[in-house]
Amino acid sequence: MSTLDIRNLHLSFKLHSGLVHVLHGISLSVAKGERVALVGESGSGKSVTARIVLGLLQELRGARITGHVAFQGQDLSALSPRARHALRGTAMSMIFQDPTSSLNPVYRIAPQFREVLARATPGISMEAARARATTLLDEVAITEPARVLDSYPFQLSGGMNQRVMIAMALANRPALLLADEPGTALDVTVQAQTLDLMRDLVAQHGTSVLFISHNLGVVREFADRTCVIYKGRIVESGPTEAVFEAPGHPYTRALMAAQPRITGGGLPEIAEADSRFLASAVIHGGLA
Amino acid sequence: MTPILQLRSLGKSFVTGNHTVQALTNITLDVAQGECLAIVGESGSGKSTLANLVLGLITPSTGEILFEGAILPVRRTLPHRQAIQLVQQNPASALNPRRSVGASLRLALDVHGIGTPRERPDLVAQLLTDVGLPAAYASRAPAALSGGQRQRIAIARALACQSRLVVLDEPTSALDVLVQAQVLHLLDRLRRARGLTYLFITHDLGVVRNIATRVAVFSKGRMVELAETGALFTAPGDPYTRRLISAVPVITKEEKIMRNTLGGLQ
Repeated sequence: MSTLDIRNLHLSFKLHSGLVHVLHGISLSVAKGERVALVGESGSGKSVTARIVLGLLQELRGARITGHVAFQGQDLSALSPRARHALRGTAMSMIFQDPTSSLNPVYRIAPQFREVLARATPGISMEAARARATTLLDEVAITEPARVLDSYPFQLSGGMNQRVMIAMALANRPALLLADEPGTALDVTVQAQTLDLMRDLVAQHGTSVLFISHNLGVVREFADRTCVIYKGRIVESGPTEAVFEAPGHPYTRALMAAQPRITGGGLPEIAEADSRFLASAVIHGGLA
Repeated sequence: MTPILQLRSLGKSFVTGNHTVQALTNITLDVAQGECLAIVGESGSGKSTLANLVLGLITPSTGEILFEGAILPVRRTLPHRQAIQLVQQNPASALNPRRSVGASLRLALDVHGIGTPRERPDLVAQLLTDVGLPAAYASRAPAALSGGQRQRIAIARALACQSRLVVLDEPTSALDVLVQAQVLHLLDRLRRARGLTYLFITHDLGVVRNIATRVAVFSKGRMVELAETGALFTAPGDPYTRRLISAVPVITKEEKIMRNTLGGLQ
């Protein structure tokens, strides 16, 4: 059984001007302990997919969702909003792009950490939470957990805040971690450290990851499998190595060609929209 | 030939409350006419402070800036502002949303007195064509354009007053990769065609490799390395530069080999 299984997911928004189709039948699955990347440009539908998995868009009036999203074999659309709420922060959690704005600026880290732990252990005492948080911060290579716990987010660097966020996201040992552009707001050296750390931790705990990014380099280094999304459709998917070494879809090829290389070679001029980008999907290895 | 821009022992410190932050320390650097000099560094390295100093938005604490051989005054005159222009990171906030793109371009022409009032509509059309947009776009609002098209407008505006030095502050980091490639192409073409000089501020080393002629690496307010682009990537001299290059996420085997080789030198 996959941790996450999405079949033929459609999403449209009802606006004054009519119905806007955002997702046109997305299918993907994340096995236990697997790291799957959803890579695409702005407006491709990658973040809304994560929001549907979290059960956030279901609550939005005007959002029409059809298709099948199963989390650990459980159909999410069959659950009540309350039951979906119970999953968030416990069985599934999320890391956002900008760590500093994800943390509450007027509270120190310790009470925010306690709040996270209380999702799985209601009524956990401040002392118990501090002890647990100290161990968890140690896991993300924070050497002075006591100082960090007593700090406000603005007193910590972006990289430090991102590590706090990772520790919080993994605190309740979720089965699924949704990471939406983690590290994009960080400097390149800090980003590299953060991704290494995240990869080690999810491997250690067997956490499944749905990794959302527009950065091909980051995806290449982090994911086991890669799905390329364009205008609400998955155009190519397969093992990361296969997708990057032998991209089959015109859109994937265009993305790779446009990526500036540190080995040089210049940049080709490629049209940003091309009818060939709508060609049927290329699936490496048979399974989506 | 006199360099178009000369920085002489340039320094800038900011006083906040009771402590002083040294944002830039003792920068001496010549920028040649027609080159694209990349300023690379992580957050807090002082690259934006440098841009603001060159643009005259802040005044240096120490040292001086020479433009075309003459010292730039603290209060810039119109000809200085005309000669040195800026393109910012986010084109959505750089353009007035209430003004059509034609009116935004026209304003630059009016302020700097370029052409006669009767010629200006044609100059606006010409500017749009130069950046690869149809002249009919003049009547559009910025909101009716894509991010890449808006950045083209911002570039057209920076060129409207016949500028000679353009400070590009992360001009493509808010754009998708396909659009980024197009905008970088446009910038390169314009530089060659018009003999422009660029100060290209960025943190993206892949972009630097493919657009810059020379690179200055900044760390904690100091310039740690200055080299030709090819040389910087094949034989970086400073350990910080090596660390920076070896942290870049890459997609091809060749890049991986190069990165690991440089990383191994640490």
